[in-house]
Amino acid sequence: MSTRRKIKNAINYIKVYFAIGVSVSILISILLLIIINGLQHLSWDFVFSMDAPRGFSLMPMIVTTAIVVFLTLLISAPLGIGAAIYLNEYASTKSRLVKFVRVSIETLSGIPSIIYGLFGFLFYVIVLGWTWSIQAGIFTVSIMVLPIIIRSSEEALKAVPMSFRMGSYALGAGKFYTIRKVVLPAAMNGIIASIILSIGRLIGETAALLLTAGTLMDMPINLRSSAATLSVFMYTITVEQGDMERAYATAIILMSLVLGLNLMANFIARKIKKG
Amino acid sequence: MIKSISIETKSGTKNETKNNRRIKAIEAITKTLFLVCALVSALTLFLIIFFIFSNGVPAILQVGFWDFVAGRTWAPTHGTTPQFGMLPMLYASAITTFFAFIFGTRIGKWCAIYLAFFCPKKIYKPLKTMVELLGGIPSVLYGFFGVAVILPLIRNNLGGTGNSLLAAVIILTMMILPTVINLSEAALRAVPEHFFEGALALGTTKTEAIFDIVTPSAKGGINGAYILGIGRAVGETMAVIMVAGNVSRMPNTIGDFFSTSTFLTPVRTLTAGIAMEMSYATGLHRDTLFGIGVVLFTIIVSLNLTLAIINRNQTNYAKES
Repeated sequence: MSTRRKIKNAINYIKVYFAIGVSVSILISILLLIIINGLQHLSWDFVFSMDAPRGFSLMPMIVTTAIVVFLTLLISAPLGIGAAIYLNEYASTKSRLVKFVRVSIETLSGIPSIIYGLFGFLFYVIVLGWTWSIQAGIFTVSIMVLPIIIRSSEEALKAVPMSFRMGSYALGAGKFYTIRKVVLPAAMNGIIASIILSIGRLIGETAALLLTAGTLMDMPINLRSSAATLSVFMYTITVEQGDMERAYATAIILMSLVLGLNLMANFIARKIKKG
Repeated sequence: MIKSISIETKSGTKNETKNNRRIKAIEAITKTLFLVCALVSALTLFLIIFFIFSNGVPAILQVGFWDFVAGRTWAPTHGTTPQFGMLPMLYASAITTFFAFIFGTRIGKWCAIYLAFFCPKKIYKPLKTMVELLGGIPSVLYGFFGVAVILPLIRNNLGGTGNSLLAAVIILTMMILPTVINLSEAALRAVPEHFFEGALALGTTKTEAIFDIVTPSAKGGINGAYILGIGRAVGETMAVIMVAGNVSRMPNTIGDFFSTSTFLTPVRTLTAGIAMEMSYATGLHRDTLFGIGVVLFTIIVSLNLTLAIINRNQTNYAKES
C-alpha cells in the first residue's frame, strides 16, 4: 500500500475519533458544569418555598409549567393521535387529501418555535385580546407539539403488524372496534413514548412561550394571568437579572426534568424495537 | 370481539339489522372524527401563514421591499425618521448559519461514520444515548452554557465582552450536531451491505471502503441531514439571543469583514430581532417584525422544499427501505 493511501487512512481515522470526542465532551461538559455548580446552589427553599420573594422560589414556575404541559397535552394528544389514526388506518396513501395533510404536517414540524410565538402573539394575545396569558401560551405550544405527536404515534401504529388487523376483521369486528381493541393497545407503548417526548419538548420550550405567556414570576391565579414557565424563568434570570447562582440552581432542575423524560422516552422506544 | 361475532351468527332477527345500522353509524362517525383531527392539524399551518403574512406583507410594502430587505439601518424607534432595514439581521443569520453549517456538518458526519462503522458494540448504546440526550437539551440551557462557559473563554482569551458572532457560531455548531449525526447515521446504515463488501473485495481498506464508497452512496440522506441542520440553525432563537450580543450592525466593506474583529463583534439575527423587540414594539414597528417573520418563514419553507427535491432526485436508501 502506498504511503499516500496510508496517510489518507490515518487522517480519516483521526477525523472520526476527533468528531466523536468533540460530541461526547460537549455533552459531558454541559452536564458536569450544571450538576456541579447546580448542586452547590440548590436548596430546598429555593425549589419549594411558598412565601419567598418574587423570583427566589421556583414553585410558581413549577406550577405554571405543570399547568402548561397538562392542558397542552389535553388539547394536542387527542388531536394528534386522532390525526395519526386517520393517516395510518383510514387514508389511502394515494389520496390528494392525505398528501396535503402530510405535507402540511411536515412543514409544521420544520417551523422554528419563534414563528409559533409570533403567530400566538398576533392571534391569541392581540386579535383575540387574551393579553399575555397562560391560555395564549397553551394554545400556541399545542400547535407546536402536534407534529411530534402525530409523527411518532404514526410510527407506533405502523409497527403494529397487519396480521393483527386482519385477524380481528376475520373474527367479524368492525374497523373502529379493531382500532380500539387491537391496534391501539398494541401501539400504546409507542404512543406513550411520543407523549413523554413532547412533555420534554414543552418543558424546554422558551421562545414561543416568552412571546405569548410572558415573564411574570408570580404564582398564576387563573388561565388569564401571565406567568413564566421554568425555561422562560431560566432565560430571564440569566440574561435580564444576570444572577448566575439562581440560574445554576434552576438549570439543574430543568435539565434533570428534560433529560429524565428523554431517557424515559428512549427506553420505551427501544423496548418496542426489540419487540 | 366476541360481541361482534354473536351479531353475525344471529341471522334474520330484527335485532341484527338494528345493531348493524348502529355499528355502521359508529364507523361513519369515528371515521369523520379522525378525519377532522387530521384536517385541523393540517389547517393550523394555514392559520399561521395567514396571520403572519397578512400583517407582515403590508408592512414590507409600506417600508418598500428593497428598503426593507437591503436597508442597512435598523432604527425602528427613531422619533422622526424611523428606519427599517433588516439587512444587518439577514447578514447575521446568514453568517452564523454558514459557519455553524461548515463546522457542524463536518463533525456531525464524521460522528455518524464513527457510530455506524467504527464504534465497538459495547460502547455503541451509551454513545447513541448521549447523542440523543444532546438533541434533547433545551435551547435555553445551551444558551446558559454559552453564558457560563463560552463567553468568559472568549472574553479572557480574545478580548471584548464575549457576546459575539463567534460565540453564536460555537453554540449553533453544538446545537445542530445531534440533528446531523442522527439523520446521517440512519442514511449510512441504509446503504446496502454489498457496497461495502464489494469495495473490500476490490482491495480497498476498511476506511477507504467507508469513506470513498459507502459515504458517497449515502449522499442523499446526508444532504437531507445537512438541510435540517441549516433549518435548525436559522430558526434558533433563545441560545443565540443569550450569547450573540444583539447589536444590529454589519461590516461596511468586504475588507472590514475580513478583519479579525468581525468574529468578536456582537450581532443580532432575524430570530433575535423578533424576540427582543416584540414585547415593546407598536404600530409599524410591530408589523415590520411580522415582516421579518415572513422572511424567516420563507427561508425555512424553501429549505424544506429543497429537501423534498433532493429526496426525489437522489438515491436515498434510508427513505426507500
